[in-house]
Amino acid sequence: MAADPGHLITAPAVRVRNLHRSFSRNGGVLNGLDLDIAPGEFVALIGRSGTGKSTLLRALAGLDRDVEGYGQITVPGAVSVVFQDSRLLPWKRVLPNVVFGLRGADADRRGRDALAEVGLEGRERAWPYQLSGGEQQRVSLARSLVREPQLLLADEPFGALDALTRIRMHALLRKLCERHRPAVLLVTHDVDEAIALADRVIQLDDGVVRTDVRVDLTRRSRHDPRFAELRAFLLDELGVTEEDRR
Amino acid sequence: MTATLHVSERTTDTTDRRVLRRRLGPGRRIRFSFWIGPIVLLAVWAAGSATGLIKPAILTAPWDVVTAFQEQWTDHDLLGNILSSLARAALGLGLGVLAGAVLAVVSGLSRAGESLIDGPIQIKRSVPTLALIPLFIAWFGIGQEMKIVTIALISMVPIYVHTHNGLRGIDGRYAELAETIGIGRGEFVRHVVLPGALPGFLLGMRFAVTSSLLGLVVVEQYNATSGVGHMITLAEQYGQTDVIVVGLVIYGVFGYLADTAVRLTERRALAWRRTLDT
Ligand SMILES: Nc1ncnc2c1ncn2[C@@H]1O[C@H](COP(=O)(O)OP(=O)(O)OP(=O)(O)O)[C@@H](O)[C@H]1O
Ligand SMILES: [Mg+2]
Repeated sequence: MAADPGHLITAPAVRVRNLHRSFSRNGGVLNGLDLDIAPGEFVALIGRSGTGKSTLLRALAGLDRDVEGYGQITVPGAVSVVFQDSRLLPWKRVLPNVVFGLRGADADRRGRDALAEVGLEGRERAWPYQLSGGEQQRVSLARSLVREPQLLLADEPFGALDALTRIRMHALLRKLCERHRPAVLLVTHDVDEAIALADRVIQLDDGVVRTDVRVDLTRRSRHDPRFAELRAFLLDELGVTEEDRR
Repeated sequence: MTATLHVSERTTDTTDRRVLRRRLGPGRRIRFSFWIGPIVLLAVWAAGSATGLIKPAILTAPWDVVTAFQEQWTDHDLLGNILSSLARAALGLGLGVLAGAVLAVVSGLSRAGESLIDGPIQIKRSVPTLALIPLFIAWFGIGQEMKIVTIALISMVPIYVHTHNGLRGIDGRYAELAETIGIGRGEFVRHVVLPGALPGFLLGMRFAVTSSLLGLVVVEQYNATSGVGHMITLAEQYGQTDVIVVGLVIYGVFGYLADTAVRLTERRALAWRRTLDT
């Protein structure tokens, strides 16, 4: 990791300063959080359950109208969200779901291309209920990418998938992100997933970013000793003890 | 060794030996199932009349009804009566459905609309429309307007109630998705609200169709100069039971066909749903 000139010269894609959010009863969830994400940077957000990961993500997505708080948020114009559930409209077939709300004469063609990219060519006319969970999540990924977002927000998008499908989805997501280069903020509770995918892993605790580490592994393999080292460090930060890990 | 081979031969045979669970849903659809019940009913009626179990004074035999039908058709402009009744029901139903759907969407999507519309409609629900006829006669006279207003009002209520219910039941997460995708209110209504409320609307439609016919039967008793109800009223005066039955059968056929049409629409329009029915 030599100098990181991109980081210094270009303006960050996401810039969060002094972000506070709280739900009336149980005090502050985010307490003065600062965060920068560079254009094209893939950031994984980890943290124990209930630390406010979803709250942060929803703040960036502009979906937290009913939450109290203040602070500054700068995000790019084109933001896409991938939810934990695929959130396909059940009354629309696959292709109309992908191009839902998309303008332009070539919307359908772009939708077909996006579906091909996630490996679902030929399923354009299927109803959502006819797809498997993994396929539905791929459609929702296609729906996000076809909008060419500068920022992709994803809240545990693979949480409901089985281990094998997850690994496939990881490879797909990395490939797609390398091609389209959006800035990414991915919430996950899986440390391995974070290291496998991200350029940077941040950990949320007490409403602020407590840990912020770069992942500069050349080979993202579990056999890399530095992978294991990083994994142990992050688990430690999350308060998972040696005992638990056994 | 030979024994083992023998067994494997049998299991890979062409016979399908799958393990199936007992089905708890109603099972596969029967073709033309709509018609089975009515045909059985007709057969019972015919058998009863033929054996003398059902006396003509109680209920005219089916074949006499057919004769009376032909007579009405050739001598008394039955077709004209049917068309006039149909036009009345369709116009009233159309207005009622339109009003019910529009009110449901307005009251479902805006708090102001809800506070203005929902209360009065709930109150209206508890007042039978037929009890309002005397009032409508005072307002609109005894002519066509009164009849259409009554039918419209009686079919509006179920449309409103079920559409509103369907609309409020739409998963809020779809609204969230629509917000992140950045579409406007119009597109949201068209792509999310209306399709989401469609199952409720179609259920309301089935009730509305039946209600509109009920309204039709009642309003046609009032000073009609044409229509199936008019025909029945005349037959009543002359004691022609067979003609009365012709009228009743026509009402029944109206209702049945209309309901069938709604159900077929339902099946096509709601192909995206996987329910016990499919
Ligand atoms: N709508 C809400 N109303 C009240 N409290 C809420 C609401 N949403 C979240 N909270 C509270 O805010 C805190 C942070 O919630 P958040 O969903 O951001 O956690 P999270 O880090 O995403 O957790 P998880 O990993 O379990 O998804 C929790 O204590 C939660 O109880
Ligand atoms: Mg969460």
